[in-house]
Amino acid sequence: MTRNRPTFVSLMAGAALALFAAAPAFAQDGPIKIGVLEDQSGDFAAATTVKVHAIQLAAKEINDAGGIDGRPVELVIYDTQSDNRRYQEFMRRVLQSDKVDVVFAGFSSASREAYRPIVNQFDGLAFYNNQYEGGVCDNNMIVTGAVPEQQFSTLIPWMMEEYGPNVYTLAADYNFGQISAEWVRQIVEENGGTMVGEEFIPLGVSQFGQTIQNIQATEADFVVTLLVGAAQASYYEQASSANVGLPMASSVNVGQGYEHKRFTPPSLANMYVTTNYIEEIDTPASKDFVERFHAMFPDEPYINQEAANSYIAMNLYKQMVERAGTTDHDAVRAVLAEGDVCFDGPSGNVCLDPKSQHMSHTIYLAKVNDDHSISFPKVWEDIKPYWLGDVGCDLTKNDPSAQYTPSSPPPAQ
Amino acid sequence: MALFQSVFAMLYQFGDTFAFLVISCAGLAVIFGMMGVINLAHGEFIMCGAYVTVSAARAGLPLPLAILTGALVAGAVGMVVERLVIRHLYQRPLDSIIATWGISLIATQGVLIVLGSTMQGVGTPLGSIDVGGRSYSLYRLILMACALGLLGGLYLLFYHSRFGVIARATIQKPQMAHALGVNTGRMYGLTFGLGAALAGLAGGLYAPTMTMVPTMGATFIVESFVTVVVGGADIFLGAAPAAAILALIKAGLTAWYGQLFGQIGLLVTVILVIRILPGGLSGWLKGTTR
Repeated sequence: MTRNRPTFVSLMAGAALALFAAAPAFAQDGPIKIGVLEDQSGDFAAATTVKVHAIQLAAKEINDAGGIDGRPVELVIYDTQSDNRRYQEFMRRVLQSDKVDVVFAGFSSASREAYRPIVNQFDGLAFYNNQYEGGVCDNNMIVTGAVPEQQFSTLIPWMMEEYGPNVYTLAADYNFGQISAEWVRQIVEENGGTMVGEEFIPLGVSQFGQTIQNIQATEADFVVTLLVGAAQASYYEQASSANVGLPMASSVNVGQGYEHKRFTPPSLANMYVTTNYIEEIDTPASKDFVERFHAMFPDEPYINQEAANSYIAMNLYKQMVERAGTTDHDAVRAVLAEGDVCFDGPSGNVCLDPKSQHMSHTIYLAKVNDDHSISFPKVWEDIKPYWLGDVGCDLTKNDPSAQYTPSSPPPAQ
Repeated sequence: MALFQSVFAMLYQFGDTFAFLVISCAGLAVIFGMMGVINLAHGEFIMCGAYVTVSAARAGLPLPLAILTGALVAGAVGMVVERLVIRHLYQRPLDSIIATWGISLIATQGVLIVLGSTMQGVGTPLGSIDVGGRSYSLYRLILMACALGLLGGLYLLFYHSRFGVIARATIQKPQMAHALGVNTGRMYGLTFGLGAALAGLAGGLYAPTMTMVPTMGATFIVESFVTVVVGGADIFLGAAPAAAILALIKAGLTAWYGQLFGQIGLLVTVILVIRILPGGLSGWLKGTTR
């Protein structure tokens, strides 16, 4: 007994040590698993199925070129069905049982806020590749979509100069619409304009008779449409047939739900959208992207800004993991904190901002013409996601895991 | 002039909501109100009518004919569904909920898989008219006329045609009708088909004004169930006045407080009606006249 005990203990210790050393080594050799939670059915599917395809395209290109740091990429894809509860179920599943290294998830802001606490709970890392109302200051989130200071502080002053100072906002009645409308209100006031009306529409509403009349009763110079989902998109057809005839400004149309392709001209004529990418953008990088996309998905109806963001996010993640030498989240974030994680992709050169973990963008002003073709009256280069950093969010120092708005900024330090 | 303008505006909003409620609930009033089948696939019959209408119109058929085709195809699909599924569930209302819900899921996902997440629409025809400085869609005025025409047509069909008399007899006293030589199975099938065709007609009529997606039926279903539940079993004594009252409540609240309160008003009304008048408006009207 006395002879055996040390041997036994040292054996156990040796085994434990071997296990300890082997575990990370094994993880380093296996594929890098990427969870993909996007709506492939339900109200949002028209705008989001293409995001999954963009991620598949990026994964194929990365794997063809030897993977990330020599490790192949493996996608774990679930259809979240435009349902916030599905996001929570599947987020738990990819983090707990699939044990993915990173998650690409979410279209609506309601779904993002539904899954974000779960990502925080399991200390996961999620890319949110959607334009949104801004303000998420969370170490577990990297946002590649455009935010209000990028889309509205370019769009609204331009529209006011072009068409006049009286603005009517029509927004979807949930966090995205409410907070976006708050941004519009603030920017209109800063520029000396007037809000002549503001209306919030419950998701799923498809009949706009009264709304159209309300707009006509005001002296609006243009209408800001922040409508979301297939049902609300019926507004354009109904406004056009009632001959409202006002220019429209939006951060979500065309670049997301390609309404100009789906509706009969001229129902979307005179719509102005600030977007960081749409397939009509006429640069060599964009054309090349569209060509590669159609080679893999010939029937893709439209390549929208979220598709480009998802594609860019895959490549940014690849770069960060390769520079960190591991998929460990702290190491990946340390690379991000260096402030030079950039990617020259379909929408031009973009960089991640270490303070907010949001992305800079080239913002294109897309105008829908009478025949629903697109022209670009203006392009703003390298617009940074400055607002969060300016009001005091600094993820390199602390992690509040909160969402801020202009009326509820971070508490003063 | 200002008075005329605002009166016209209010009437237009009332008529617009009334038309939407009547047209979207007519099919359900037949299937759920008369036959007692809780049809959760009502929205998908509407979607079917809309998709067929748009496909036919894009293939070159004039819009009115395309709408008719949409209604007929939806009716035919309805008769097939009745024959295969609903027929076995007339005495089992709870099971029919599950079955029609399943049909609804299959239809929505099937269309998504086969036809994709969206389809290009046809655009609203006829343009707009100006009344007192505001412009209104002419097509929506046509829809109001269609709603009234639909009610008139259904009244003639159910009260002044042989089919209507036999259909009502079959549904009220199936054994007696059977004893008198009526093919009750066929009558049930035809009546269900009629309900489905009316749903398809709703889809066809509203297709030019809406986004074409597989889930489009869902935007009709709350309003149609609310109208039929408030109305009760009879289309003319129930659904029509229910649509008028609900339109007044919804248009009024929407005008004063916005869309959200319009929706809330609709749902509060149905809760109150279920509590106070369990038989719906028609049950109450019949009870007081008896």
